[in-house]
Amino acid sequence: MSRVESRGLILAHFWVAFLAFVAAALLGLYQVSERSGLFPALESNHLYFQSVSTHGVLMGFVLTTFFAMGFGYYCAIESLKRPLWSPGLAWTGFWVALVGTVLAAVALLGGQASILYTFYPPLQASPLFYLGATLLVVGSWFWCLEMVMTMRAWKQEHPGEPVPLAMFGNAVNGTLWFVTSLGVALEVLFQLLPWSLGLKETVDVGLARTLFSWTLHAIVYFWLFPAYIALYTLVPRAAGGRLFSDEVARIALIMLLVFGVPIGFHHLYMDPFQAAGWKFLHMTGTFMVAVPSFLTAFTVTASLELAGRLRGGKGLFGWIAALPWTNPIVLAGILALLLLSVGGFGGLINASYSMNSLVHNTQWVTGHFHLIFAGTTVIMYFGIAYHVWPRLTGRALFSEKLARIQLWSWAIGMVVLTFPWHALGLQGQPRRISTTPYDTPLVETWQINEVLMIVGGIILFVSAVLLVVNLAASHATRDSGAGAESFAAPVQPLLRLPTVLNGVGFWFWVLVIYMVVSYGYPIGQFFVLDTHGAFPWSI
Amino acid sequence: MHVDPLERKWAILSVTLMVLSMVVLGFYALEANIRPPSNVETIDSTRLHLTEEFAEDNLGVKTAADGAVHVTMVAARYGFFPRTVTVPQGVPVTIRIASADVLHGLHAPGTNFNTMVVPGYVSQLTVTFPRTGEFPVMCNEFCGLGHDYMWSRLKVVPKDQFRASLKEEVRHEQG
Ligand code: HEM
Ligand SMILES: [Cu+2]
Ligand SMILES: [Cu+2]
Repeated sequence: MSRVESRGLILAHFWVAFLAFVAAALLGLYQVSERSGLFPALESNHLYFQSVSTHGVLMGFVLTTFFAMGFGYYCAIESLKRPLWSPGLAWTGFWVALVGTVLAAVALLGGQASILYTFYPPLQASPLFYLGATLLVVGSWFWCLEMVMTMRAWKQEHPGEPVPLAMFGNAVNGTLWFVTSLGVALEVLFQLLPWSLGLKETVDVGLARTLFSWTLHAIVYFWLFPAYIALYTLVPRAAGGRLFSDEVARIALIMLLVFGVPIGFHHLYMDPFQAAGWKFLHMTGTFMVAVPSFLTAFTVTASLELAGRLRGGKGLFGWIAALPWTNPIVLAGILALLLLSVGGFGGLINASYSMNSLVHNTQWVTGHFHLIFAGTTVIMYFGIAYHVWPRLTGRALFSEKLARIQLWSWAIGMVVLTFPWHALGLQGQPRRISTTPYDTPLVETWQINEVLMIVGGIILFVSAVLLVVNLAASHATRDSGAGAESFAAPVQPLLRLPTVLNGVGFWFWVLVIYMVVSYGYPIGQFFVLDTHGAFPWSI
Repeated sequence: MHVDPLERKWAILSVTLMVLSMVVLGFYALEANIRPPSNVETIDSTRLHLTEEFAEDNLGVKTAADGAVHVTMVAARYGFFPRTVTVPQGVPVTIRIASADVLHGLHAPGTNFNTMVVPGYVSQLTVTFPRTGEFPVMCNEFCGLGHDYMWSRLKVVPKDQFRASLKEEVRHEQG
């Protein structure tokens, strides 16, 4: 598959992602409105939970998975200048994932899966939903394989040469996602599917939650990787500079892989079935995994400063003004860094073993992940889309100005939505509620924040529509004349690299050992404990 | 391999900061006894009413001979039982709670009273309530369409008032 033929594959992935996104944004607006209680005509817990389930699945699983896959193919083809290892398999993965998405959507829209995107048993959805979720994950495994094998093929053709960072990052992400998704895959295949089909009467909820926690944390890195890779390899060049350090970027990405997966217990701090020592062990890893994000913030900011100074920016802050704020991907990068630094602090609070009990499962948590995920990560998806579209369609972007308006409005909308949302959490509002029937003075303090959230939801929905309209219109503009992608070159040219920074094999095994240590006993215990007839496993 | 000296310093600083956070939190977890519920104890959730501890008549607040305060509760769609729990201020209170059906979560805002309630397992936690007052106890894990309506009350009262209220109860039972 040549560069031209691969465009269809990449665009197909991106379009599935963004169509799911705009539909889910509309549901988001409905949710903030319903929750506020200001519109009696909208009140319906039935519809509300159906909507939140659909919104969560579309945003959390569909948008992200399809975007990450499309971006991986783009980076592989553009950075290696060679075809994919097996284009047929890539298309197969696409169709498998799409069929899975459709099956899950049928169950969700039919009201047969209103159990939220975390689908914790013993709430039960129709088997269709679990089947769809499984296919979506299995489809993405084709992508994981494609990333690792394409990199390997290139290395055989170029012995001893450093793999381009954009490809390396996606191969790390492919490995990370494969290991990460195994947890939920085991849960669905051996527990939820047999149980929803009536083959087993009960499931062990402790085991199910433990397996889900295996996936629940590192999945956010799978979402985040395209954003980080773009910050390292696309933004510095678009800003007119270079990448500050290629090696440190690799170290950061590898740390995310090794420390990111075996730490899921911070989602189980408040659960009774895991002992305190294991929770503490996972907490230490949770703090270590903040380090690569600190490194990323440094490297990317330094790269931007370099660009600003090359463009004539002077003084302590002059370089910031000298950056090309009008370039969509640079603007997206700056806004993403800003939102990340605010959101990161909130994350450290959640991660704290003891502070967690003040915020666990309050609206603080939903506010936090909207800021950091729907803000930082998704805004980079937009920036990437504006950047790659002219190269994929061969046509100029319909309107750069509209793109800028869209990015600014998304960032502002996110602040308007999530700041009051955090406040609601500190004021004790539990998450996942459609109404507030509690007889306590607390409820009055919530109202103003709920209203502000509606304002945020409106801004964000308009912004989402602008994105899709702009991208669609860009298929029919004048010739862009955009050539091949050129990724940011590092300040210090990379001549040789230690082998461990040029491949994923070694780190994969490190991760496997770390996983056995941190999850081996906690999972194994369920097969030994007397769980009173709640079957841990079904074979 | 090339790492800029400034970047190296930044990396060391980041790691130090994180290790320091861990040490501080570890210290508090052990020293001030702030720790999340972590007893690994199974129970048959479909037969709670047949157990001694979680039978309906045995739920509520009890004071042991040594003055320790124990609370036993059940979470079931859609409520926490008993509907009102009264505990003393400034005294460690040990709370044990089990679910009779699905997954629930319980949180009294502004306090450390926060735990998941998982079918098949008993949650146990010890909380000291520093402030008096009435707190709502709300379910914070989606448990079905009535999830938003699942809540109860917690009253934290001064120690002497708590003792008086216990005596009161005893007299009621005898009378
Ligand atoms: C248009 C802007 C958006 C609005 C107004 C919005 C609003 C909401 C609301 C009100 C909830 C329910 C929260 C609860 O009660 O627990 C929710 C849940 C969720 N949102 Fe959004 N959201 C928006 C965009 C996004 C984006 C861009 C993403 C990610 C890419 C996202 C991911 C999620 C997920 C995964 C959930 C499920 C949370 C759960 O099940 O507890 N949202 N959203
Ligand atoms: Cu996590
Ligand atoms: Cu609930």
